[in-house]
Amino acid sequence: MELLAHLGIGLEAAFTLNNLLYCLIGVTLGTLVGVLPGLGPVATIAMLLPITYGLSPAAALIMLSGIYYGAQYGGSTTAILVNLPGESSSVVTCLDGHAMARKGRAGAALAIAAIGSFIAGSLSILLLAAAAAPLAEVALKFGPAEYFSLMLLGLVAAVVLAQGDVLKAVAMTLLGLLLGLVGTDVNSGVERFTFGLPQLSDGISFVVISMGIFGIAEIIANLERSRGQPPQVARVGSLMPTREDYRRSWKPMLRGTGLGAVLGVLPGGGAMLGAFASYMVEKRIARHPERFGQGAIEGVAGPESANNAGAQTSFIPMLVLGLPSNAVMALMAGAMMIHGIVPGPQVIDERPELFWGLIVSMWIGNLLLLVLNLPLVGIWVRLLSVPYRLLYPSILLFCCIGVYSVNNSLFDVLLTVAFGLLGYLFIKLRCEPAPLLLGYLLGPLMEENLRRAMLLSRGDPTVFVTRPLSLTLLILCVLAVGLMLIPRVRATRHVAFSED
Amino acid sequence: MRDALQRAATARPHSLTLNLDAREVLAGCLFLGFGLTGLLVGSAYASGTAMRMGAGYFPWLVSLALCGLGVALLVRGLWLGREKVTLDGLFIVRPALAISASVVAFALLLPSLGLALATLCMTLLSGLGRHKAHLGELLAVGSALGLFSVLVFGYGLGLNLPAWPV
Repeated sequence: MELLAHLGIGLEAAFTLNNLLYCLIGVTLGTLVGVLPGLGPVATIAMLLPITYGLSPAAALIMLSGIYYGAQYGGSTTAILVNLPGESSSVVTCLDGHAMARKGRAGAALAIAAIGSFIAGSLSILLLAAAAAPLAEVALKFGPAEYFSLMLLGLVAAVVLAQGDVLKAVAMTLLGLLLGLVGTDVNSGVERFTFGLPQLSDGISFVVISMGIFGIAEIIANLERSRGQPPQVARVGSLMPTREDYRRSWKPMLRGTGLGAVLGVLPGGGAMLGAFASYMVEKRIARHPERFGQGAIEGVAGPESANNAGAQTSFIPMLVLGLPSNAVMALMAGAMMIHGIVPGPQVIDERPELFWGLIVSMWIGNLLLLVLNLPLVGIWVRLLSVPYRLLYPSILLFCCIGVYSVNNSLFDVLLTVAFGLLGYLFIKLRCEPAPLLLGYLLGPLMEENLRRAMLLSRGDPTVFVTRPLSLTLLILCVLAVGLMLIPRVRATRHVAFSED
Repeated sequence: MRDALQRAATARPHSLTLNLDAREVLAGCLFLGFGLTGLLVGSAYASGTAMRMGAGYFPWLVSLALCGLGVALLVRGLWLGREKVTLDGLFIVRPALAISASVVAFALLLPSLGLALATLCMTLLSGLGRHKAHLGELLAVGSALGLFSVLVFGYGLGLNLPAWPV
């Protein structure tokens, strides 16, 4: 019953004209960037972060989260119609979704994808609402030792589950930690790694780092790749799935929702992992696995449900524990900090209207997305014919204004360009940038909690293993690392991420 | 075909002894560089004890680990590479240069020229990042974006930025 009371608070907060409007803007933008290949939710949220300064915290978070789950809907449109992942979590949807489109059944695939996403979204939002309060209660008992172990677990899992090479991911995390330490040390007042520059005494701005690495660097890399003609778009056809489609789809949708919801909570998880897992499961348990790749509706229903479920539940660790689990959540945590809210278990109690309003808005957003993506699919299809050479100057404009308007400072812009070039270098060297952002965000927090834990224990490092909660978290760390060393898991991980 | 064979023949003794992966080596150097910088600059900060950590304790720990990983990547790239990767053609300078220049130009020009013209200049410069730049198209896109930025960012969102030349 408490849940109903909470949702009541949320309804009241979400159903203001202002918040509804920003929810609509968020999911529309999300669909847009989801549809367009070469522009993802991470870059978009990074670009729009500074512009949310002027909004209320609730409106800002509602809009930014709308971009993330909206992109999960939009990504499937491009995957099905063009055979390109509009969004990285839609990679597997290309396989069967586009095969269906070649058979003239694109409309049915689009409809099943949208319906699956909606069901998955609704169910996992309920899960998020139900799990939040009890989890936060546990988290409020955390001391510095537990927090340190939790963050360590977050970083370890992010490395294990991240795309690409493990060694590089660890190195990127450490570099992120180091970058997070730039600025004045809160305990001693010493300025660290500022190289005598007064602009760095408050640290490297979150906007600068995310915009450089995710905005500018991506544009440069895309410009290198983009050649030639706008893509071939398949015809949409009838949007009505057959009875047979529904019969085949409902089970994969529910399985996908479950898988996506669980994998989304894991640090380093999010939307993509669930989609891959769901596709593999559906193919494994199918009576005729050879149908997969030839336009099996299950291969659309499962992964598309899973990626949206994952997108929704990946909010749990960030909102409840204050632990961002992927790049998007790192940006969301950054957005909260910009508005003076420290993400963590205390947010539910201190700002209930913000917390529950955000959750209710997600459901409203999912409903809006259903409308945006089915009857209006024609509009998005037309957008696909806009070539990148006309698109990127506007992306660049948002980056420029975003960075410059924070402090009207040339220094910030120069630093952003530097990070953009560094980010380009990382892309070329196949170093995933997401762990760097997580490290950057967690660096100061980890140091603070390590110091406090060691001070409380009088310099005795066993404090991390003698406190039961902390020990549990550390055991999970070891298990996560151990999992990596099992050859079978390694091979699966390699296969899962190599299709990107 | 013959060229390829010839190249394979000349490259053979080299690749037998050493599968140098330039990407790994470069990444290793990069991380090692950051780690060493961290150690060097961080050595000035008091490290304190494990109980009362100074400003230098945690940075030292992180930098040291970063150095270790840099070395590991370096070793892997030099001797344990799975494929031979050279730096030829890995980096294309033109887009990086054009995009950087356009962003810096925007920030430099904005205070004096205003949003509309700074946006136009940014668009034109960014257009140089492509192989074939159509001046007419860039002018059109730039003007449209300039107008858009004045309307949305200048008047709409009310950011404190000059719209026109002052």
